Amino acid sequence: MMPDLGKYALEVNSSYVLSLLALGVIVGLYAKRSRAVKRDLAAMEAVHDA
Amino acid sequence: MGWSGRALPWVAAAAGLSLCSGLIWGYFFTPDDIRQGSTVKIIYLHVPAALMAINGYLLMFVGALVWLIRRQHVSVLAAKAAAPVGMVMTLIALATGAIWGQPMWGTYWVWDPRLTSFLILFLFYLGYIALWAAIENEDTAADLTSVLALVGAVFAMLSRYAVLFWNQGLHQGTTVTMADGAQQDNISNVFFQPLLLSMAGFGLLFLTLLLIGTRTEVRSRRLKVLQARERME
Repeated sequence: MMPDLGKYALEVNSSYVLSLLALGVIVGLYAKRSRAVKRDLAAMEAVHDA
Repeated sequence: MGWSGRALPWVAAAAGLSLCSGLIWGYFFTPDDIRQGSTVKIIYLHVPAALMAINGYLLMFVGALVWLIRRQHVSVLAAKAAAPVGMVMTLIALATGAIWGQPMWGTYWVWDPRLTSFLILFLFYLGYIALWAAIENEDTAADLTSVLALVGAVFAMLSRYAVLFWNQGLHQGTTVTMADGAQQDNISNVFFQPLLLSMAGFGLLFLTLLLIGTRTEVRSRRLKVLQARERME
């Protein structure tokens, strides 16, 4: 299943690992902050509405 | 925020699907290039990331311009949300370019016009994010970062057209050129089709994060208003 990358395996694989890692981190950070702000706003609005 | 909330799951699903298909197709099911060997597989990361790095900054430029002219908060908040994503795209383009450059050019880095303009673009992204973080007053921050976004847009355009302005340096010309809606002969179809899918994936991922980020910034601003109101009561 794994393609034969020959002598450039390190270069190709490290590019994929680094890029996917960077994309994973930014997606995770955006999702985490979005949840936190949504939760805080809901709590604050509940206080104001009460 | 109604339409963006409804569109978000669909855009996110399309992003995940096209990104995974493009990268899996490119990595597992494309042949090696005659001259570049298996390093050609880096193209499915490098080109889409570079494309979104430039387009992301141009989007910030439009957002900044709309803010400065029309004072629409959503436009500048969208620009703010786009900046970290654009910075990551620039970082991926720089890193994969350096990794690709070593076996092909014999060096990780040269002060080539395109590489240098990309590095400057990365620094503009950093500066833009830092400026937002450094200024407490939201409207002042929006004004100053918008001016920075306008100045940095020059380098975004320079990054795009550097290989045309200066006929020097190691970086090759444009990989994908669309002329009259037709693909030119500068990349074979066997590489072009997964590349197109990967570019769509990166673009849709950018859009997904832009929607999430902008919605978060709008909510964050509302939260700050309510907190300020509570302090005054």
